[in-house]
Amino acid sequence: MPGAVAQGLIWGIMAIGVYITYKVLDLADLTVDGTMATGGAVCVMLMLNGVNVWVALLCAIFAGMIAGLLTGIFHTAMGIPPILSGILTQLSLYSINLAIMDFKANQGIAVTKYPLIVSQRNVRQMSLSNPIFITLIILAIVIALLYWFFGTEIGCSLRATGANEAMSRAQGINTNIAKIIGLMISNGIVALSSALLAHYQGFVDVNMGRGAIVIGLAAVIISEVIFGKIFVNFALKLVGVAIGAVIYYIVIQVVLWLGLNTNLLKLLSALIVAVFLAIPYWKANLDAKSSGKGI
Amino acid sequence: MLDLKNIRKTFNAKTVNEKVALDGLNLHLNDGDFVTVIGGNGAGKSTMLNAIAGVWPVDSGSIIIDGTDVTGLPEHKRAALLGRVFQDPMTGTAATMQIEENLALAARRGEKRTLKIGITKEEREGYYEKLAALGLGLEGRMTTKVGLLSGGQRQALTLLMATLKKPKLLLLDEHTAALDPRTAAKVLEISEQIVTEHKLMTLMVTHNMRDAIRYGNRLIMMNEGHIILDIAGKDKENLSIEMLMDAFAQASGETFANDRILLG
Repeated sequence: MPGAVAQGLIWGIMAIGVYITYKVLDLADLTVDGTMATGGAVCVMLMLNGVNVWVALLCAIFAGMIAGLLTGIFHTAMGIPPILSGILTQLSLYSINLAIMDFKANQGIAVTKYPLIVSQRNVRQMSLSNPIFITLIILAIVIALLYWFFGTEIGCSLRATGANEAMSRAQGINTNIAKIIGLMISNGIVALSSALLAHYQGFVDVNMGRGAIVIGLAAVIISEVIFGKIFVNFALKLVGVAIGAVIYYIVIQVVLWLGLNTNLLKLLSALIVAVFLAIPYWKANLDAKSSGKGI
Repeated sequence: MLDLKNIRKTFNAKTVNEKVALDGLNLHLNDGDFVTVIGGNGAGKSTMLNAIAGVWPVDSGSIIIDGTDVTGLPEHKRAALLGRVFQDPMTGTAATMQIEENLALAARRGEKRTLKIGITKEEREGYYEKLAALGLGLEGRMTTKVGLLSGGQRQALTLLMATLKKPKLLLLDEHTAALDPRTAAKVLEISEQIVTEHKLMTLMVTHNMRDAIRYGNRLIMMNEGHIILDIAGKDKENLSIEMLMDAFAQASGETFANDRILLG
């Protein structure tokens, strides 16, 4: 169970990145499936080559931001729909991630030899090196920074772009730039999560981001269903998303205990998310029928 | 000052849906002019406003606002010179943001947005007074999400947003068409009050002939993408709906058979 919590928290950081594009900017960005491996790849490979752990982590975030920039350029400068733009970047990242990892499908990094920020090995220890504790601190920093940023003039222009593009342009906001900034921040955060996940599990795998968007969406939706009414403040909403990811991992853990074949997990995740995405739609239809007005 | 010189715009060119929307449009406005714009459906009224605002580039001609040639500028850059209110109350405001956040966005129109805080305490006090002046009770709901407001309240808020930072030109695109008659009258009253107070150069598109005659110091009528009638000063003061319809018949060579306008 501590493992599920630690993993959930690390994926919670990733889900916050998804929240920024999906909820704040109103863009479904599939880049994250690629970025969720890029961050780890960059961080691990730099560390294997003797780079300081914090510098490696910053480089990982930076790499994620570049991926977001690429999707942003596909979308805004080349007029490709956002979903397709994300898919294109995601696909290209598969090759790029392999190239970063010396064309190997995975690369290990041993906690005994390298100063990893979080490690699975310490998950049951009652000490400051416990990954749950460290991830909580990183989460708090990420949420605080985002809370500050989305209260600034630039941050407000991003929120406005997601809320109403026509209005934003009429108020002098360059909505293309706003979207690019949002995509870069989102993917930077996802890359951070990716690097932490690589540390946690002690290796980076080229496939570790597969289906990340679905896990991110699951966390966002779970948090909306459970905390939608109580967490109104932006910072609390981000906290809710992180908790959503933890709940998701606990549920997965329970399902595995019940004897589900691990290979069927992704099918299960996809179905759960599909149902939760459909709930608002079904609810609207039901409300329309019961009020007797139709739509 | 506003100058539109020989503006042309064709939508869906070279397809079966080709539509010449603006056909050699010329218009000159002086500072402080409050011009009402009427015309049948598809006459090019809203298209003219969208051309000025830069929603899409025009095919030819030039647009000069207050001495600046904006013809090649994108929409968000022209926004520095323009205040806009739209027909759909949903278009002018961000529904998921608070009233004061919407105002703060508008207060920064045409300015570089930085990492400074998005809304300051002093600003809030200023917004409180401006909202109170609208007389709709919005000053007590500054942190309410705009999505919870009625159409009329949203239009009044959009008007305030459009003029918070004094624009060189105010574009009102049938901004009362989606409202019930009483609310429409109230929003028009607020519009006139704001325009007069700031002496704003204004283009107001309307489907209502009575409003077109009643408000502003000049009236233009459009047909098939250009202006066919331009009445100002004393002539406008003495205008009646019958005179307008006769004038339309003479200028265009057809009768003004548009119910939506007649009913106004």
